[in-house]
Amino acid sequence: MSRFLSDTRVIARRSLKTLMRTPQIVIFASIQPMMFVLLFRYVFGGSIRVPGYDSYVDYLIPGIISQTTLFGGSSLAIVVANDLSAGITDRFRSLPMSRPAILAGATIAAIARNAFTVILVTLVGMLVGFRFHTGVPQVLLAFGVALLFGFAFAWCFALIGIIVKNAEGAQLASFLPIFPLVFAASTFASPRTMPDGLRWFAEHQPVTQVVDSIRALTQGVAPATEPTLLAIGWSLVILAVSAFLANRRLRNL
Amino acid sequence: MIVVRGLQKAFGETVALAGVDLDVPEGTVLGLLGPNGAGKTTVVRIIATLLVPDAGTAMVAGIDVVADPQRARYAFGLAGQFAAVDGVLTGRENLEMVGQLYGLKRLEARARAAEALERLGLADAADRLVRTYSGGMRRRLDLGASLVGRPKVLLMDEPTTGLDPRTRMELWAFIEDLVRDGTTLLLTTQYLEEADRLANRIAVIDRGTLIAEGTADELKGRIGGDVLEVRVSTAADVARVVELLDGIGTERATADERTQKVRLPVRERVETLLAAARRIDEAGISVDDLGVHRPSLDDVFLSLTGRATESDNEQTPPGPGRRRRKGAA
Repeated sequence: MSRFLSDTRVIARRSLKTLMRTPQIVIFASIQPMMFVLLFRYVFGGSIRVPGYDSYVDYLIPGIISQTTLFGGSSLAIVVANDLSAGITDRFRSLPMSRPAILAGATIAAIARNAFTVILVTLVGMLVGFRFHTGVPQVLLAFGVALLFGFAFAWCFALIGIIVKNAEGAQLASFLPIFPLVFAASTFASPRTMPDGLRWFAEHQPVTQVVDSIRALTQGVAPATEPTLLAIGWSLVILAVSAFLANRRLRNL
Repeated sequence: MIVVRGLQKAFGETVALAGVDLDVPEGTVLGLLGPNGAGKTTVVRIIATLLVPDAGTAMVAGIDVVADPQRARYAFGLAGQFAAVDGVLTGRENLEMVGQLYGLKRLEARARAAEALERLGLADAADRLVRTYSGGMRRRLDLGASLVGRPKVLLMDEPTTGLDPRTRMELWAFIEDLVRDGTTLLLTTQYLEEADRLANRIAVIDRGTLIAEGTADELKGRIGGDVLEVRVSTAADVARVVELLDGIGTERATADERTQKVRLPVRERVETLLAAARRIDEAGISVDDLGVHRPSLDDVFLSLTGRATESDNEQTPPGPGRRRRKGAA
């Protein structure tokens, strides 16, 4: 166990250095969420009315926080596929290290990246009018829900990277599922306005639970307990299944 | 130090290894030689605990790599076909990371990294990002990464493939240096020259099976003498030259259509050369070159398999027994 923790730390440090030394990633992780904030705040925001909210920006920022944690994890599919094809994963697998640490380190680094993006989105959001309407514990819990969800999906994307094995395929395979998950949800608009089938999907898929939980915990307009428990439950299930499958795959490449 | 018995591995329908035995005594170098897809890499990946064999055993320093992979990983170092080092880390960061993943304390990892960098002549480049390194430097760093754990056994999978000749010689010098210090080495290569220069013993593998084993001299001795080589001017005459040379050498002549070369193992150098020249001249066939030379390992490989080595392999059409490159390479 102590080897697992120390090896995870070593790999996480490597992943963070990689992130910070790759300008494209830094730009993608910072510019892109800011663009979403400004786009939805000023381009679409004027024509979107959400019942119960005086200002669309209060509705929007929890959605963008959830969206960025998903986007943040998706690059892991490419990173994992690259490490596989470059032989770096084989190097790790030939060392007397803890094998689960290989992906644990990479996914924990994804938490750090997401924390950076979430704080950035929150600050930019506050510049354009976003406000918290609850107490500090609820806000911290909201961030926790977002980061846990991002961590779970980082494992899911790592699994996709291991299965697909090449960077181009991994990029495609990770991007395709993101769009329905992010947009067919309560991220930018209420599912109540969507047609029946889509509405059913939107109301029952994990992104909506996460967005609703963060919204409730930061705005206080709706009860937070149910969506928060569902969001945490979804995250733990996704995490457990993805981590189990990814590590099993890592043993038998 | 390395003992392999009855190793078998198939990837789906493709048989990569059909029962391979190897022995590498302590402090010696075994060159595992064969064309692309012969199964060399599969052998190394199994010994390196990256693949689990379908049958057979592999022991490194007395440790069964299948039964006790984690302990085996302390005993060997692996340098791969691809330079498995991280481009966005510096050389030093790469090696320190590997050291820490061996379970070394940070200071110890730092010391070992510095030592390996010094030894491989990378001390000056140690704090540069690896993506700025040349191909040869990356391979050296990769070799350095396999040394950080101070393994008794080194496994090298085609360490110089794709390097230019000068860089290759440079890397050979580093490898020779390691071997002098008593490291046991299993080296795969498709370059006969490399096996000849670095290895004490050579095992020739083809289509997942060992077809010969011995010292370079023993293998050359199998041909039983020298080799007469004719380069025919027109491809159409190659088959005729093979016919003409029948009976004057120790074996039948072999032909390589692509290079238009005919090779014949011979015992009596001058006599056979004269006889060959006479027959070719009488038949009125034009040749570019005719000579007798000491056998190279290329000749050995050719006479063992009836096929040439290296990229020639790519040119031959797939036959029933041929392996695809995937997995088995």
